[in-house]
Amino acid sequence: MPGITREEVAHLARLARLELSGEELDHFAGQLDDIIGAVARVSEVADQDVPPTSHPLPLTNVMRADEVRPSLTPEQALSGAPAQEQQRFKVPQILGEE
Amino acid sequence: MTDNSIIKLTAAETARRIAAGELTAVEVTEAHLARIEAVDEKVHAFLHVDREGALAQAREVDAKRARGEELGPLAGVPLALKDIFTTRSMPTTVGSKILEGWIPPYDATLTKRLKDADVVILGKTNMDEFAMGSSTENSAYGPTGNPWDLTRIPGGSGGGSSAALASFQAPLAIGTDTGGSIRQPAAVTATVGVKPTYGAVSRYGMVAFSSSLDQGGPCARTVLDAALLHEAIAGHDPLDSTSIDAPVPPVVEAARNGSVQGMRVGVVRQFRGEGYQAGVVQRFEESVGLLKELGAEVVELDCPSFDLALAAYYLIAPSECSSNLARFDAMRYGLRVGDDGTRSAEDVTSLTREAGFGAEVKRRIMLGTYALSSGYYDAYYGSAQKVRTLITRDFEKAFEQVDVIVSPTTPTTAFPIGERADDPMAMYLADLCTIPTNLAGNAAMSLPCGLAPEDGLPVGLQIIAPAMKDDRLYKVGAAVEAAFVERWGHTLLEEAPSL
Amino acid sequence: MTVTDLVSYEDALASYDPVMGLEVHVELGTKTKMFCGCSTELGAQPNAQTCPTCLGLPGSLPVVNATGVESAVKIGLALHCEIAEWCRFARKNYFYPDMPKNFQTSQYDEPIAFDGYLDVQLEDGEVFRVEIERAHMEEDTGKSTHVGGATGRIHGASHSLLDYNRAGIPLIEIVTKPITGAGERAPEVAKAYVAELRELIRALGVSEARMEMGQMRCDVNLSLMPKGSERFGTRSETKNVNSLRSVERAARFEIQRHAAVLSSGGSIVQETRHFHEDDGSTTSGRVKEEAEDYRYFPEPDLVPVAPPRAWVEELRATLPELPRLRRNRLREEWGVPALEMQAILNAGAVDLIAATVEAGARPAAARKWWMGELARSANESGRSLDELDITPAQVARIAELVAAGELNDKLARQVIVGVLAGEGDPDTVVEKRGLKVVSDDGALGAAVDEAIAGNAAVADKIRGGKVAAVGALVGAVMKTTRGQADAARVKELILQRLGVEG
Ligand SMILES: [Mg+2]
Ligand SMILES: [Zn+2]
Repeated sequence: MPGITREEVAHLARLARLELSGEELDHFAGQLDDIIGAVARVSEVADQDVPPTSHPLPLTNVMRADEVRPSLTPEQALSGAPAQEQQRFKVPQILGEE
Repeated sequence: MTDNSIIKLTAAETARRIAAGELTAVEVTEAHLARIEAVDEKVHAFLHVDREGALAQAREVDAKRARGEELGPLAGVPLALKDIFTTRSMPTTVGSKILEGWIPPYDATLTKRLKDADVVILGKTNMDEFAMGSSTENSAYGPTGNPWDLTRIPGGSGGGSSAALASFQAPLAIGTDTGGSIRQPAAVTATVGVKPTYGAVSRYGMVAFSSSLDQGGPCARTVLDAALLHEAIAGHDPLDSTSIDAPVPPVVEAARNGSVQGMRVGVVRQFRGEGYQAGVVQRFEESVGLLKELGAEVVELDCPSFDLALAAYYLIAPSECSSNLARFDAMRYGLRVGDDGTRSAEDVTSLTREAGFGAEVKRRIMLGTYALSSGYYDAYYGSAQKVRTLITRDFEKAFEQVDVIVSPTTPTTAFPIGERADDPMAMYLADLCTIPTNLAGNAAMSLPCGLAPEDGLPVGLQIIAPAMKDDRLYKVGAAVEAAFVERWGHTLLEEAPSL
Repeated sequence: MTVTDLVSYEDALASYDPVMGLEVHVELGTKTKMFCGCSTELGAQPNAQTCPTCLGLPGSLPVVNATGVESAVKIGLALHCEIAEWCRFARKNYFYPDMPKNFQTSQYDEPIAFDGYLDVQLEDGEVFRVEIERAHMEEDTGKSTHVGGATGRIHGASHSLLDYNRAGIPLIEIVTKPITGAGERAPEVAKAYVAELRELIRALGVSEARMEMGQMRCDVNLSLMPKGSERFGTRSETKNVNSLRSVERAARFEIQRHAAVLSSGGSIVQETRHFHEDDGSTTSGRVKEEAEDYRYFPEPDLVPVAPPRAWVEELRATLPELPRLRRNRLREEWGVPALEMQAILNAGAVDLIAATVEAGARPAAARKWWMGELARSANESGRSLDELDITPAQVARIAELVAAGELNDKLARQVIVGVLAGEGDPDTVVEKRGLKVVSDDGALGAAVDEAIAGNAAVADKIRGGKVAAVGALVGAVMKTTRGQADAARVKELILQRLGVEG
């Protein structure tokens, strides 16, 4: 596996919404490179015909009946909000649309 | 009866005396609050102490008794709750600045069960931020000291819980174990910690680090106390889709009937070698000898894929955490930084996460973001999930030959605070022996097995059982504990320095 | 808005073949959200239908709504899809303030239903098969209101307000395979497909699929390839096209825009575009510096879904008749031409007419009232037919009264007005307004005599054999009886009095 570059670290930081400082970028680039170098060992098994495990227990079909349960009150829902207005969460301007 | 005699009691004995009227729950709670007052400035096990709430709960227990109501097996016993479970009456910070002061509008299922069992919740304990770490140094609120040596780490991420137990601030505590965060702190503080089978204890209201690995569990000073707490918190929860819908294994019964007579105990070749401290290996080998003396048959096992466990863990856990922690975006709760009326939501989110997360959390988020990104997924995350399958198969094969597996809990004793703080690779090695169990989802315990001769610090013995066979941990653990206490003439914690 | 060069639709189609992909999101009509027990009832106070799970609070966990899964399987089966024997939910990771966890719980490479088709009928009766790639389960986002901007739009807003009542409402996303070979009819196919899908969803009873309320939303992906080529071009993705007419217009616009770009030597940028209802155009969405990387992975908080085969077969057995087949059957039973049936469908009257026939009306009568008087009334009040305050049973009763001669058409219209105004059921309205047809000879006799006396010249003509002139006398009688007379009986009486054989 090729090492990780500072530019890649900057890209990851943007994807993860972390406003890293230049110093942090340098520091993390070095550390992530070491860690990735070590964990890349797992690719030893990449071509083995083994099913991946996403869940440790072999459970399936855990579902609930379509029955209404009490919600929080709007006051409770908004109790931790950094800002609110008109019983809604107030957030800075949103750029673009998904 | 002096305060000191109250705080050194086991949970089982405390509950017995309260039920018998020999002690009141309020007396017990006050004794522990006084102890916290006296020593926690030095230890820093607690992030929040709920004096009023605890006393109110204690008064309720005493009132119940006065009314002639039957009390549960842990009624009135104080407990230190890891600050990762939501509590309506106390802040829940997960050791992070990003949730400073957050009071959740709901109780975790585990919190509810503790209250229903009349366990008195003293407060919330310190932890590595978002449970990421093996030393509790990653807490945004400062490190916790190991009561055996306050300059050393109490383990992590649940260092607050283990330190609270070892310094007699509470006879019971709750931890969570994603890669060893219950067992490794137990090992380095000479306490008992159990990671139950994945799905045994509800995760509803437990702030997620790595969903497929996280598991809450009991921490205590004796195997029986851990079993009593295990029984109180385990069981099916319809609010957690990954919760096991089956009866809880008979852990208390097993803890009361400790025995290894006729059992086959496995020793895994991969759990030794480089990186293990001599004194740790020595105490472990003595433990294996003890098991033989007690009538167990010891079997050598080979689990080759365990060598890849650490690598797989450091892909899976960061991947899941990068997604789980995305919700901390400054929009609905928690910290908000940089909202000056001109910045966009996106910028405020980035500034807040930058200011609110510590270095280890950021490192893991970045690592997980990398491992999941297109082009890398198959090589990293995909392969790690395959390793997981192989480890599970190694365990299955091993458990065809043995009833339980034993190993050192952690390769070294408690290291000095600061020693590995900016050396993630060295820090990650602390969980070498505990991680395979999290990846496979089965159960494991750590209990004290002596002090390392070279530094006089506690060593932990890990016992591993198959999934859903948690009772075996307690059966073996109780037998080992009884034999050691007989050999030493007292519990190991008696040798800890007084604070 | 930038002015977009277009080439004429005909010119575009002369050089290029369109390839379409349609992605439709349907909000299910379950009582609760997909992963929590919060109500989905409309009209609640902001943030009154939220809980730790749908707010994404730390520590919260999802649990799957069984009815959501059942609805997904029903939709899959009705679309002739295979139903996965085992599938998982996946997390789609991206940051957006309306999404509480900053990942959407969705499905990725293991959809619950896949590889199906939907046959749609075009206006001239031609049947076009649209292949279905997949139908998968996911959740809706919250709603944001943008404050401070001039138009309430996102641009120029100072801040936004978020209501998470909608967050977590179950969605089924239905994705077609690339639709090729429709040629110039591509926009029509797109519209017919969405219309047919809507009928199907309603017939299954899993959602009301009201596009105007956002319960059904369509993304139109479109690309062109030069005639004769088999290689798809770069596509544009026009988001949230939320009416049948808009779907057709958006496809048409994009065909013309792509053709203009391509034939002037330019190349199409892969981007999302926004559709504008006012002029039917599309404009470019925000240009992202970096391609979105959703970092999908299996949702560890939810266990796999493995629909048991026996249960799937049970559901298959309960599927209603497909709307297109039912429509064709009804068309034959009612004896209407294809074009009129299309009009009935467009008016949303198929079910209402069927129910009216079911209640005893003759098909022609049921059609006449729903597509005539009632359609007019709905039109005037800006409502859909099924929102009118009249039931198929009431319409059937009115038709019955007409057939029995107790009402004539004019009176029947007045009865309808009365029922719509809330005056009661048809019989009550007839009673209260005194609308019964007068066919009693005694009461009519005087009016007939009066009419003959007042129109002597006409009466003479009739006596002289010009029987057709009787209409004028009937009209006079109707006038004096204010329309309540039974016209047929009046005619008989006049001819009788004048001694002429009818
Ligand atoms: Mg979607
Ligand atoms: Zn909810």
